[in-house]
Amino acid sequence: MASSAPPVELDPDELEEEEAFDSSSQASSTATSTLTWINWYTSLPGHDYFCDVHEDFIEDDFNLTGLQAMVPFFKEALEMILDVEPEEDSSKIPDVSIVESSAELLYGLVHQRFILTKVGLSCMVEKYEAGHFGACPRVFCHATPVLPCGRADMPGIDTVKLYCPNCGDIYTPPSSKYASVDGAFFGTTFSPLFFQQYPELLSAPFFATSNTNPQASSSSRVSPSESPVGGVTLTNPNTFGGQKPALGKVYVPRIYGFKVSERARSGPRMKWLRERPERFDDLDKVDWKGRFISDTNISDEKDDLMLGGGGAGKTKGRLFDDEDDEVDEEESEEEEEGGAGAGQTIASQAA
Amino acid sequence: MEDLSTGSESDYSNSWISWFLSTKGNEYFAEVDEDYILDRFNLTGLNGEVVQEYSRALNLITDNLDEESLDEDVREAVETSARFLYGLIHARYIVTSRGLSKMLEKYRKADFGRCPRVYCYQQPLLPVGLSDIPYQKAVKLYCPRCEDIYSPKSNRHGSIDGAYFGTTFPHMLFMVYPQMIPGKGQPVGSSSVADVNRSLANQQKDNNGAGPSSLGSGGISTSSVAVKAERYEPRIFGFKVNEDAKLHRWRTAKRDAQIARLENLEKEQGQPNL
Ligand SMILES: [Zn+2]
Ligand SMILES: [Zn+2]
Repeated sequence: MASSAPPVELDPDELEEEEAFDSSSQASSTATSTLTWINWYTSLPGHDYFCDVHEDFIEDDFNLTGLQAMVPFFKEALEMILDVEPEEDSSKIPDVSIVESSAELLYGLVHQRFILTKVGLSCMVEKYEAGHFGACPRVFCHATPVLPCGRADMPGIDTVKLYCPNCGDIYTPPSSKYASVDGAFFGTTFSPLFFQQYPELLSAPFFATSNTNPQASSSSRVSPSESPVGGVTLTNPNTFGGQKPALGKVYVPRIYGFKVSERARSGPRMKWLRERPERFDDLDKVDWKGRFISDTNISDEKDDLMLGGGGAGKTKGRLFDDEDDEVDEEESEEEEEGGAGAGQTIASQAA
Repeated sequence: MEDLSTGSESDYSNSWISWFLSTKGNEYFAEVDEDYILDRFNLTGLNGEVVQEYSRALNLITDNLDEESLDEDVREAVETSARFLYGLIHARYIVTSRGLSKMLEKYRKADFGRCPRVYCYQQPLLPVGLSDIPYQKAVKLYCPRCEDIYSPKSNRHGSIDGAYFGTTFPHMLFMVYPQMIPGKGQPVGSSSVADVNRSLANQQKDNNGAGPSSLGSGGISTSSVAVKAERYEPRIFGFKVNEDAKLHRWRTAKRDAQIARLENLEKEQGQPNL
């Protein structure tokens, strides 16, 4: 019935998961008369990212503006979604399955609009906090919950993706059962709007490696400067601009305990993709074209293991960087970045 | 992938190692050559790590143990130790040239799965440990395109000890096989949806970007490959989000600073980084 598209590429990881999910959701398709089309549709396997669009939202014509032109058999599809008995002259409809796929398309497009409303956002935040959308697969995001998103607003272009508010990146859902869910049914605007609405669920764009105990920053949402001791504490209640502290650790490739130098041909090239400045103000040290206004940040690679030969002249035989060989990588061995933001001390959160 | 069905012993009864490899959940492991295991030099120090039933475990791995003669509980202890010992030998083996080439084969078949990051375009992954000491951290997966690490999707893989692969392995592999380092952008010939906007953005960048995704032949510099990497940019009704855009630009600046650093280095040395 509904689009359970053929699995694209079944990899072994998925099988066990698939079984687990299906058994729970299949039960609901043996419908009783009290089950609405929407309840049924959103409980199908792979449809658990959808929330139940409120019927009064669908019944308001204003919310459907423009959809008539996009959905074939619009009227019949709308009736199906709203569980309205079809009128007599349904004979002109060649096949129920066509109306069914129209209903799915219509529901998805209405869903894209609904989740941008206040009510829709609050439905989705409930699902988000219940972990319905899964967690970021990136190790150093420490299972941050993710949110469905689309890369296009027109249907038929791309499937649904998952946005992680810690690394700010998007991921393919872990199971192929989502490969038939259109990204347009969530749309491009939803996830950024969601995190504007709920900024406390978004990670701050900076990460203080040097003075923050990573343990504390990941476990507590309370600002470290808040002390329970009496007396005057000049605490900024918005230390992170209303956002939660970032899980800012970045992976460092090592060979036998030594960092792989960027000077090696196989050396790291992508650290910047996950890095954040130490301080909020550092974001302003870059112009609108993405260039540092001052050059203080240019050199931050120093004593790495030089691999793959080549730079004999430059590295002066210092192949091994024995300072950090037994330091646990969890710790802040990243950026020293000597005084990158030392100049300014205004802690204003221009948020 | 083809060994999904719980390793039917009938097909693999010949050796302990083939049985082990065909067991569900052990898909990440390569087959360690028996010659390697039989050379005691390669096992130096392992008898200290595998305290329980070391020699019987070793005999089991090399099919020199008469299991039938053992009590049930002894057999179980030996079996457990054998898996542990195999893991530790495996970590050493896969950074040898023979081991690297076997793992490269598995990588080519995407036996370790593919990167979940959308802009990595289904890049095959490699297993990596976060510690070389057993019982510390479970195995993770390294993506050579985004150079980040991810958790395996399934619990069966997610609970394998990372020390059975080690911290060095994937980086050793690309040091030895630099021609296998993937490009950072969209692979040539792959057509992907929702790239309408992307193609626009890339047209400018292609002009100063480095070579194509397969950095095949030697001598090509990797200094500026990062320019090709694509990133997600959130938009609300088509407009960039201020703070995201700021961080995006900051990262661009970091990226370009690195490229400048590496290109300067190349100039000084008068040759591409090799
Ligand atoms: Zn993440
Ligand atoms: Zn990747």
